[in-house]
Amino acid sequence: MKDEIRKVLILGSGALKIGEAGEFDYSGSQALKALKEEGIETVLINPNIATVQTTENIADKIYFLPVNPYFVEKVIEKEHPDGVLLSFGGQTALNCGTELFKAGVFEKHNIKVLGTPVKAIMETEDRELFVNKLNEINIQTPRSIAVRGVPESIEAAEKLGFPVIIRAAYTLGGQGSGFAYDSEELRILAAKAFSYTNQILVEESLKGWKEVEYEVVRDRFDNCITVCNMENFDPLGIHTGESIVVAPSQTLTNSEYHKLRELSIRIIRHIGIVGECNVQYALDPTSEDYRVIEVNARLSRSSALASKATGYPLAFVAAKLGLGYGLHELKNSVTRTTTACFEPALDYIVCKIPRWDLNKFEGVSHLIGSSMKSVGEVMAIGRTFEEAIQKGLRMIGQGMHGFTGNRDLKFKDIEKELSEPTDMRIFSIAEALEKNISIDRIYELTKIDKWFLYKLRNIVDIKNKLCEFDSIEKIPHEFLLHAKVNGFSDFQIARHVLRSDASSINREMLRIRAFRKAIGIIPFVKQIDTLAAEYPAVTNYLYLTYSGIEHDIAYQSDNKSVIVLGSGAYRIGSSVEFDWCSVNAINTIRQEGFRAVMINYNPETVSTDYDICDRLYFDELSFERVMDIIDLEQPKGVIVSMGGQIPNNLAMRLHKENVKVLGTSPISIDRAENRHKFSFMLDTMKVDQPLWKELSDIQDIYKFVDRIGFPVLVRPSYVLSGAAMNVVSNKSELSHFLELAAQVSKQYPVVVSEFIENAKEIEIDAVAKNGEMIAYAISEHVEFAGVHSGDATMVFPAQKIYFETSRRIKRISRQIAKELNISGPFNIQFLAKDNDIKVIECNLRASRSMPFVSKVLKSNLIELATKVMLGIPADMPDKSVFELDYVGVKAPQFSFSRLAMADPVLGVDMSSTGEVGCIGEGFYEAILKAMFSVGYRVPKKSILLSTGPARSKVELLNSAKALREKGHKLYATRGTQQFLESAGVEAHVAYWPDENKSPNTLELIKSREVDLVVNIPKDLSATELNNDYTIRRSAVDFNIPLITNARLASAFILAFCRMSIDDLEIKSWDEYR
Amino acid sequence: MKNKTTVRLTLEDGTVYTGKSFGAAIPTAGEVVFNTAMTGYPESLTDPSYRGQILCLTYPLVGNYGAPGKEEADDILKYFESSSIHISGLIVSDYSFDYSHWNATESLDDWLLKNKIPGVYGIDTRALTKRIREKGAMLGKLEPAGSSIDFFDPNKVNLVAEVATRHKKVYGTGSNKIVLIDCGVKYNIIRNLLRRDTTIIRVPWDYDYQSEEFDGLFLSNGPGDPKMCQATINNVKKSLNGNKPVFGICLGNQLMALASGADTYKLKYGHRSHNQPVLQVGTDKAYITSQNHGFAVDNITLGRDWEPYFININDNTNEGMIHKRKPFFSTQFHPEASGGPTDTDFLFDIFIENIVRYKESK
Repeated sequence: MKDEIRKVLILGSGALKIGEAGEFDYSGSQALKALKEEGIETVLINPNIATVQTTENIADKIYFLPVNPYFVEKVIEKEHPDGVLLSFGGQTALNCGTELFKAGVFEKHNIKVLGTPVKAIMETEDRELFVNKLNEINIQTPRSIAVRGVPESIEAAEKLGFPVIIRAAYTLGGQGSGFAYDSEELRILAAKAFSYTNQILVEESLKGWKEVEYEVVRDRFDNCITVCNMENFDPLGIHTGESIVVAPSQTLTNSEYHKLRELSIRIIRHIGIVGECNVQYALDPTSEDYRVIEVNARLSRSSALASKATGYPLAFVAAKLGLGYGLHELKNSVTRTTTACFEPALDYIVCKIPRWDLNKFEGVSHLIGSSMKSVGEVMAIGRTFEEAIQKGLRMIGQGMHGFTGNRDLKFKDIEKELSEPTDMRIFSIAEALEKNISIDRIYELTKIDKWFLYKLRNIVDIKNKLCEFDSIEKIPHEFLLHAKVNGFSDFQIARHVLRSDASSINREMLRIRAFRKAIGIIPFVKQIDTLAAEYPAVTNYLYLTYSGIEHDIAYQSDNKSVIVLGSGAYRIGSSVEFDWCSVNAINTIRQEGFRAVMINYNPETVSTDYDICDRLYFDELSFERVMDIIDLEQPKGVIVSMGGQIPNNLAMRLHKENVKVLGTSPISIDRAENRHKFSFMLDTMKVDQPLWKELSDIQDIYKFVDRIGFPVLVRPSYVLSGAAMNVVSNKSELSHFLELAAQVSKQYPVVVSEFIENAKEIEIDAVAKNGEMIAYAISEHVEFAGVHSGDATMVFPAQKIYFETSRRIKRISRQIAKELNISGPFNIQFLAKDNDIKVIECNLRASRSMPFVSKVLKSNLIELATKVMLGIPADMPDKSVFELDYVGVKAPQFSFSRLAMADPVLGVDMSSTGEVGCIGEGFYEAILKAMFSVGYRVPKKSILLSTGPARSKVELLNSAKALREKGHKLYATRGTQQFLESAGVEAHVAYWPDENKSPNTLELIKSREVDLVVNIPKDLSATELNNDYTIRRSAVDFNIPLITNARLASAFILAFCRMSIDDLEIKSWDEYR
Repeated sequence: MKNKTTVRLTLEDGTVYTGKSFGAAIPTAGEVVFNTAMTGYPESLTDPSYRGQILCLTYPLVGNYGAPGKEEADDILKYFESSSIHISGLIVSDYSFDYSHWNATESLDDWLLKNKIPGVYGIDTRALTKRIREKGAMLGKLEPAGSSIDFFDPNKVNLVAEVATRHKKVYGTGSNKIVLIDCGVKYNIIRNLLRRDTTIIRVPWDYDYQSEEFDGLFLSNGPGDPKMCQATINNVKKSLNGNKPVFGICLGNQLMALASGADTYKLKYGHRSHNQPVLQVGTDKAYITSQNHGFAVDNITLGRDWEPYFININDNTNEGMIHKRKPFFSTQFHPEASGGPTDTDFLFDIFIENIVRYKESK
């Protein structure tokens, strides 16, 4: 069988979204590596241009096209693969593959589905089939009833008894799921769920049961292993993506562990999976009673976590099994001598913690529950639970220092916080323990197993003991070590013992560091070797712990290590693009003969694959831990410019400790990062910038605004609620914002800047060497300034800017590069109105758009930048961007549907969770491919227009005309309708949601009479719940494509009116020359 | 942090580790071995095969779910593998003073204390494991501050005689009559057999069972060097001349080998874990098994009538043997699991099928 397959198609997962993120870049990359090792030609379809898998030499052919049946079939017709892999691209790939299978496409083109048969996939995805299948082998599932309508769902719930949970079939990460306590709640939930699917499941509630998962592997010889089990810290009822998870399970006896393991193997055999699957259980906390909750017949977020937690490369092995290998024929890639047919033995505990970014959204509910809202996760490794969770809480990167020592946490009603968990769940437990609420009471309210609560209490007990001391010298050494073993950072110790305040803490934690090093309290490096030291392993997969007395590896001190600091948890504003940058830096370092050392802790990344680098420290990116590693490695230098803002922020502190930071000097980084220094520099250089001022008094703010005029951009340094930045258009909005959302004081000043309307936003991504710019790429945003650059639709090469503008941008960039003596990557953002150019931001590090421009340009800016930083001759690429005969468009992916009640409107703060980048012969082709890739469709029926202010009404007039010419029916809200009629465009009035008249906007959306909604907010600071909000939110809730920006709407509409889907070229990346 | 006595762990090569005491604060000596299982300490601690050994658990967090109660079923304790703790001492990294489980009645600390077994925590168990892996299983001793003890080599004494039953005892009333030679049998073997319509005649390790009326012979697991069990070997030799089905597990595999004329040897540091992969020889069938042994059967010494049944995929050591014609087989691993994976419990079915076939042919 292995020999029959010569060319394999792999489907990627597209843009990162909530529930489907970077983990599929990792699994896809692993699968591609496995196929390459077998000499099989690979074809990858994935529009996510920032991924590692869409990099040269990983797949043979790469198509930046939407992963949907239409485009995949087109690629099949062109490439004629013999096999296809469906389980490496998340739910997106699985759904697409299932549709193609049902349509007979694979059969028609004689393509073999490798690994798990599609029939088996379908049996796990359709709840009714799934339950029946497990019933056949007497395996218990929650009592449930599948229904196809709202009234039926109520009947079913009455039969089962409330509360019930409802689940939608074929959706991502629990979308459309939720608990209902009565028929009214159920009615609302069910109606929403039916907008995603035509079948939902009403199910008995098992709230409070333990949730346990197994990662199971099977080969074609029926050999099975479970690679890892994991236990959720939170009980059932909180989605596993929203829960803290530990591996291996901590509170299960041998009997429970192996009972569930045995069931997992029976299930995988009965379903007939070849490859990998994930089985989720509910386990009764008072007996061995269980239910199988779910089986995912594909690589998943959990399998990526399990791979990182154990060192067992699940995706790689699954791909090999798909080709026909047996488990016993494959080697353990960590030991390289023992077999892959084994179950890893861990000698550490891992703790996964989700990262939420709910503060980025207006109106969103902070409650966590059965559907996923988190945007990323971290994995912490330790030899005590206390060590792992405290590391993890620091890794999350939201200003927390561990389980204790955090300021500014206030809970109004602690018991309510505990029983109705929010994203602050873990810190509410800390608060409860501080308040001496008993473990029994916390258990009653949370149903978190008491073992975890005891461990957390232990942390608080140690903190209390630390607080009894007032000098570091007075702490018994043994107790200091005990605190470190239990995960206390130098920062926490400084705060608890020395009561350091913000101004002194950095200095005092250094004192603690010096003190403990002097008495020999240092962390030790341990290997992750899959076999708990039973066999010698050559593994370079490492973590640090204080539960140890010796290092697992010997250090050479040969000045050959180059440390790359990674990007940490995926979050809004920093995700897979920085992983791509890190991985490319690592590759270059290795090519140049240095030892590439990676520090990162995000299990969803490729950079934390131990295959990628020479040494991987899966550990914190805190100053303390980075210094610990530097002490051991004695590196040639550290690269801080690849992982986004986290490493960038460490630059100056490392520099002060005499650490060699490669590339641009940290002093220059500080000059760019510090608003005052940077502004002063621009003024001195006579480079224009929007007027701004840092103010700490409300009256001064009004005075300043009187001078510069509205609108203004307001950036408070302390935010009470909602977004951190806002644009306000008049005095009442300004006072509203300052009173409700922000605190203004000497300690918390506010930055107010001039906001320029109708300005183009242009970015340059570039590399400089000793202050001389040696490569650059200029791109423009489709949207006018005011939309965060991460949410903007980006065009490269810029198509619509004046030559003079581009000349000025280059000139200013060269000046800045010279002034800051940049050596490495940088990005500058500009505003352009007419030919006036203003600098709005400058980052002396890799930017979000580096992978996009590098790939469109086919010139790897990161490789170049890394060479510069290593001091290796790096010449200017001979290619000029103006020679490109094609256009790239990068479009954002939003996950509003996951974020109940969030207002899906764009603003100055970023809200997209991912992006795609597509290439076309021209702008329209590229933007269509990109928009289709993030889920937009060409409307078949009618369009609802509500075009906001006069300016955008005009902007959209041509688009409306084009739609009419194409025969689309237009509905418009009253003002828009009048405007269109007066311009001679026929449109039907649609009444506002709060009007009791038909046709009503809301009805049009709910009945799906419209299949595209354009809703332009009236002003830039729409904070109230109003009619516009209702329209936007309903469009999201009923899964109807929504555009809220006039420039983008116009570009998209004109594109699909001028080109049909058949006009889009099916070309692989290498065919664009 | 509780103020606990300091304990010194000294290995025969002179290496010293220090930790804190839990369980009984008394000195102990024995052979230091490690087990890489991540669950199942109540099962391991009561497994008679650990007799004389100081057990190091490589999984660092231990004691999380306490120790279960002493309920009985079928005349044996329901949640343990024998009636008492057999290890000489326990070495862990992070002992959990608080436990949480519906099935627990006391903490591991209290359970050890009641059984007068010392424990030590705060040891770099990974460093210790690597030491043992490099140097081989070593003698060692635990000495709480202010106490001392001499090294003791448990392999020089007949451990089987210490752990085996001293009297014949009958369990169950099933139709398949099995003589079980108890060299330190784990209760889960008895449970597995009873589940399959059997009557078990459990006899002491050196008992001459030839006069018993039975349909099949079972050779149990047990501690130490198989060559210490000469009496058992002599008895089994007689059975191998007959046709009654025989099934041996672990020490039982080694006794079968010795009785058939093959040889055994001591492994450098043994197999003690829940994740040992074995391959059924001549097939593509691989299983994950639970193991606990320091000695092994030498494959090349197997007699003409025998062949390896299973081999270890990692180091190719013998994992079982099977007679080419007669219904005799044995495994080095533990199909009864407890603790560990249950993948190979079908071997009990094969044993019973052999017995049924034997009875039909009589």
